[in-house]
Amino acid sequence: MNPNAPFRKGATTPFQARRRWLTALAAGAGAAALAGCDRLVHDERVDATLRSAEKLTFASQRLLLAQQPLAREYGERDLSPVFRSNGSSRPETAEYDALLRSNFADYRLRVDGLVERPQSLSLAALKALRTRVQITRHDCVEGWSAIGKWQGVPLAQVLDLAGLRPGARYVIFHCADELVKTADGSGRYYESIDLLDAYHPQTLLAYGMNGKDLPVAHGAPLRLRIERQLGYKQAKYVTRIEVADAFAQLGGGKGGFWEDRGYEWYAGI
Amino acid sequence: MTTTKLPATAAPAPQPAPRRLVHRHGVLVRVTHWINALCFALLLMSGAQIFNAHPRLYWGQYGADFDHAWLAVDSLHDRKGWHGVVRLGPLQFDTTGVLGASTENGALAPRGFPAWLTIPSYQDLATGRRWHLAFAWLLAVNGAVYLIGALVTRHLRRDLLPTRAELAPAHLLREVVDHARLRFPKGAAARHYNALQKLAYLGAGFVLLPLMVLTGLTMSPGLDSGFPILLDVFGGRPSARSLHFICASLLVAFVVVHLAMVLLSGVWNNLRSMITGRYAIEAEGSAQ
Repeated sequence: MNPNAPFRKGATTPFQARRRWLTALAAGAGAAALAGCDRLVHDERVDATLRSAEKLTFASQRLLLAQQPLAREYGERDLSPVFRSNGSSRPETAEYDALLRSNFADYRLRVDGLVERPQSLSLAALKALRTRVQITRHDCVEGWSAIGKWQGVPLAQVLDLAGLRPGARYVIFHCADELVKTADGSGRYYESIDLLDAYHPQTLLAYGMNGKDLPVAHGAPLRLRIERQLGYKQAKYVTRIEVADAFAQLGGGKGGFWEDRGYEWYAGI
Repeated sequence: MTTTKLPATAAPAPQPAPRRLVHRHGVLVRVTHWINALCFALLLMSGAQIFNAHPRLYWGQYGADFDHAWLAVDSLHDRKGWHGVVRLGPLQFDTTGVLGASTENGALAPRGFPAWLTIPSYQDLATGRRWHLAFAWLLAVNGAVYLIGALVTRHLRRDLLPTRAELAPAHLLREVVDHARLRFPKGAAARHYNALQKLAYLGAGFVLLPLMVLTGLTMSPGLDSGFPILLDVFGGRPSARSLHFICASLLVAFVVVHLAMVLLSGVWNNLRSMITGRYAIEAEGSAQ
């Protein structure tokens, strides 16, 4: 049939044939859209395809940020009047209660794994190291932002103190808080970053916030600040730093508490 | 592609006006249009999922629960159950059933946007983000292909840029009146976009969609470190999030009008032209 034939009433035309086809297509698409979204969400191949976009995001941000630029630092007048706390607001363990009672005098940060000289650092020892103060924006994955002033020791210093062994690729942060109470401890908070972020000058182990000691709700005595990623990477209540060649052996294998629950390991967006 | 010549003898008067098929949309426009439509629908629904994680919008460099939100979708609970309230500046609206509180598993539950508008239908920020960021990539690549193609094939200049005469106030006013009366161009005039169409398409494709991408990227703490100018241009991450929401709302308005115009000016003819490229117009000289 000639699709360009003049259009006339009466005989079946290419228009009408196509019209039927388009009707079926539109109806099918509508029904599939309504019923299919949740089914597609649960389809493993769809999920795997969508997950590959995360690799694209990670690779392009690493490319665009190859110069390791600093996150914007703000002034005192930009500070959030109230800095919302999120996740755990206090670890509910007897050990943490004891630490809190001694005002963290007995706190020790363990640094181990693929290091030359494993460390056990008191809060006083950490505070004796070179300090950095920065006023930065905290971006929650949920969409809110808060600006706070952080004081701490650059993570690079602590890593240099311990000395990395060959094969070191990731820095893993073990935390005192359990965000989900479980019998086997799988609800315990942990996080991991790679060495590029670990050695970024703004990556801190923070012990001070807004000019005071880090409050319990914000991770006392020590939390991570990794300023170019989202809030869930900023592990609170850090008790142990482990240097490793992989993180698949930990928790759910995805490199962090929220990563094990579906969130991206690289949280740059 | 070909367009047909009129038959040598025009159709007699009682018959419907003779129509002929002209080539209207090139393959670039047709393919990128449908990819764009798919991306828009999925980005809107996954975006609604992300919004639900914190259904409040702010202006400035910071914004969280204790700060002033210019728009908030609140879920309130009292003895009668859940209520949805939208606060826009000093205004308050009861939106129970749609925004703030809507039916989930047979009962009212606290939710920003309702289940039927989000991907997935239940609360799951991680999955919403995965869909949103994946289809944002597809939207951006599709948009880049369209832009390059539109420049190379001169589609942009030939079909979309309005002429000086079309921008004359009197001409625009006449088109507005014609649209309001649902009088659509016929004959030769139907072969081209009218001025209002051109302005609407340029506004959606070359203003709103680029703003969506840029305000979306401004919400990235990583990209903010490399391109802090984004924070200066949009006035901070919370402002960028607000503008992202406003531009999305304007795009929804554009799509509503677009779909209404498609329905009113001949749904099958329009659909066919965006699928096969061929569009039927009434032959020149025929009566209106």
